[in-house]
This record gives sequence, C-alpha cells and structure tokens, in this order.
Amino acid sequence: MPDSSLLPLDAKGLRFEAGGKRLIDGLDLHLEAGPRTVILGPNGAGKSLLLRLLHGLLDPSGGSVCWAGRTLDREGQRRQGMLLQRPVLLRRSASANLKYALRARGVPRSEVAERAALWLRRAGLNAVAKRPARVLSGGEQQRLALARVLSLEPEVLLLDEPTASLDPASARAIETLVRIADRAGTKIILVTHDLAQARRLAEEVVFLYRGRVVEQSPADAFFGQPRSEQARAYIEGRLDL
Amino acid sequence: MTLTPAPSYSVLGITGGRFREAPTGKGAMQDFTSAFGLAFELIFSGDRDLAEIVLLSLRVSMSAVLIACALGLPLGSAIAIARFPGRSLAVVLLNALMGLPPVVVGLGTYLLLSNAGPLGALRLLYTPTAMILAQTILVAPIIAALTRQVVEDLHAEYDEQLRSLGVGRLGTIQTLLWDARYGLLTVALAGFGRAAAEVGAVLIVGGNINHVSRVMTTAIALETSRGELALALALGLILLGLAVAVNLVVMALRSTAMRAAYA
Repeated sequence: MPDSSLLPLDAKGLRFEAGGKRLIDGLDLHLEAGPRTVILGPNGAGKSLLLRLLHGLLDPSGGSVCWAGRTLDREGQRRQGMLLQRPVLLRRSASANLKYALRARGVPRSEVAERAALWLRRAGLNAVAKRPARVLSGGEQQRLALARVLSLEPEVLLLDEPTASLDPASARAIETLVRIADRAGTKIILVTHDLAQARRLAEEVVFLYRGRVVEQSPADAFFGQPRSEQARAYIEGRLDL
Repeated sequence: MTLTPAPSYSVLGITGGRFREAPTGKGAMQDFTSAFGLAFELIFSGDRDLAEIVLLSLRVSMSAVLIACALGLPLGSAIAIARFPGRSLAVVLLNALMGLPPVVVGLGTYLLLSNAGPLGALRLLYTPTAMILAQTILVAPIIAALTRQVVEDLHAEYDEQLRSLGVGRLGTIQTLLWDARYGLLTVALAGFGRAAAEVGAVLIVGGNINHVSRVMTTAIALETSRGELALALALGLILLGLAVAVNLVVMALRSTAMRAAYA
C-alpha cells in the first residue's frame, strides 16, 4: 500500500446535471480517514450519483472532488473499490470472476489463485467456486461481487445499497465482510436507505436531501438528535418528506 | 471479356437430358418432386463431383467467415466502445455495408485481381483464394456491424463495473468479446449464411470452372441456365441441408458449452 493516503476526501460545490435536471446541487462534503461513513437519504437524494462521482465513474458538471488534495487519477481510482448497486458478474465461474479482477489489477500470477481462494472462503462461497457466477442466488452473487472488490484490498470501499433486496441472512453476511474490510483499515463509505443497517454500521452519518448534504454528524448524535427537519422526518419514518 | 468459361458437359457426373424437362407449369411441379429424389440420389450415390463442389463451398465460405471474424470482431468492438467525432456516421456506413451487393463486391475484387489490376501480379483470379477474398469483403462488414451492436449493448451493462475494476481499453474489448461469445456465434452464423448463399461474387472472381472454382451456388446457377431445373433444385436442397447442418452443429456446441458451465 502506498504511503500517502487517499484521504481526506473533499468535494466542493459539486454539481451533476442530467436531462436538464440538477441532481447534485452544489454539494460540499469532507470525509476523514477512520470512521465508517454511512450516506443516508431518501430515493432521488443523489446518493448513488454522489458515490459514482466520488469514484470517478461520472464526471461532475461542476465543482470538484479531491482525494488528499488531488483530483482522482486512474492510479487513485485503482486504490478504491466500489460495489455497484447492480454489480456485474462476468459470464464465467465464481472463482474466475475473482481471478479476473486480480489479474486486471496486476496482482502477480503466483498470488492470484491464493487470494481468490482466500476471499471465496471468507465470503462462504467455497462450495460454489466452480459454478457459473450468473446462476448463483442473489445473496451469493452479492457476496461474490463484494469478495471480488475486497480481494483487491482497496484503501477506500464505496458501497451502493449493498443489501437492497437481500434477505436478512445474506445482508448479515455482507455486513460481516464489510466489517472485515473495516478492521483491515479500509475506509468504508456506504450508501443505504435501510435505517436499521445504518444504525448497525454507521460511525458517521451524512444525510443527503435533494442533491445536498443537509447534515453530517457522528452516528449517535444523528440518530439521537438529528439537527435538520428532513433528517428528523426521515428517521421517524414520516412520509411527508 | 468472358467471365464464365464454357460449361463442361457432364456436370456432377449425371448425364444431362435425363432430368431435362420443359419448364412448363406441369413440368415445374414434376421438377419439384423429382428434385427430392435426385437430391437423395446425389447424396447417397457418393458422387465425387458433388463432394468436390460441397467441400469447396465449405472451404471457401468457412475460410471467408474465419478471416472476416478476425477482422470484424476487433473492428466492431472497437467502434462499439470508442467515442470519436463522426462515430454515428461510421456506424451508419458500417451498417449500410452489410447490404453490399455480391456482384459489386465480385466486380471490385475482379478489378483488383485482374491482370491490369493492382494485385494482378499475384495471378489469383479464378482461384479459390480469389473467392475467399471476395467473400471476406462481403462478410467482414456483416460481422463488424453485428458485433458492434452486440458488444455495444453489453458494454452499456459492463462499462462502470469494468472501469471500477480498473480494466483498460484493450482488456475491456477482450472481456466484452468473451462474455458476448454466444451472441457472437450467431453473428458468425449470419456471416456464414451470407457467404454460403451468395453467387455473384464467387461467380465473377471464381469463374465457375469445373474442378477448380465450382461451388454449390454457381453450380445451381449453371444448371438452371442449362434447363436442368430438377438438378438445380436438388443442389439447392443439398445447399439448404448443408446450411441447416452447419447451424445445428454450432448450436449444439453452444448449448453444450452453456450447459456445461456458463449461463
């Protein structure tokens, strides 16, 4: 791992427009290394867009994203990992999916098999290692996608609704993997609209509303005493948001 | 300029006249019925000339498809993922080239290979190589255009994932081609269908010379022009059977591979 960290992250005046609509609207965000950050917000708040902007998958219409004071280059992006909202598994076996990512990342040939096996085991996918990734169950597919990105040992892990449409057992398996990465020193930035999950995982909460950061607080403060009216409504489950 | 050399008398080793019918309405019906019998007779009598023609057809068309794939798969997928000015024009052009008339391709290749042409020194005219070249020109745009479509659709799904994994441009093309492999098999079959069915290009550059450049389609054209309608039809049936057989083999391979591993 390189000496210089990718963090802190600074987004300033970030804007993203599509189809004449301003979806991210002058967003400022500062994230430090350390706490697990959960980005919360209702549908359409721009959570997923924000994550893709931070990861460099989308180019902002305005404003800037800086990781440790520098715009993200290819090298920087390779030090991050992202679990997309709908991860794409390649049309090959589960194990081959892991090996593909490791090889693409330039991991030495001698290490590829070992690391793939390690993460298959951690994700509980040993039994299905040889099966085509696309015929695995939804939970297995998600675990495989997460294992694939974790095997690359990212310094920053961005997760976009990692457990949406998963049953509780599968969601727990995903959260376990996230905690493993967290303990290994990976900065976790997780987008969700699952409040229970946010309470379990968050050490810091960023609340997004209509393309802006409305509130950023430590988790207990956020859930105990949200400062903004929108966050209060969201936490209380009011539908008038 | 004579393009078609004088036809030999014993086509396929079956005496002319035996099946000759005046192409009247009644005769035409009989042609149909006798064509089936004749097709069977030709196949099961182990006619050497027929085998030669069938094998040359397969050799020419399959070689052309292989070369066209070698060119069209990378070209099509490069266009699929590249963004450059004039791209949509390039796509329109590529799609339009799918409709290249075989005779025009034949003529162009003929001019290229004729003694006065730029490649005249190679003395390839009226050889199977010339026929392969002409069919490659015919089929490559089809492979490239359909590959472009297939790969572009897949790229829409894969793009963010591959970029997030840090896969480079070349790696992206390789990955897309591999993951689209079953769809691209159908693309290759479309190319083969076009090559095996066309007559204009191979006739002009091959010349339909017996034992040298006669293939199924040129033989059919010849027998039709000689009034051997039943024989022409029989050859047509065999050609059709051949196309079905090739498709069956490829599809069988495909479904075995898919069952075996990758959905």
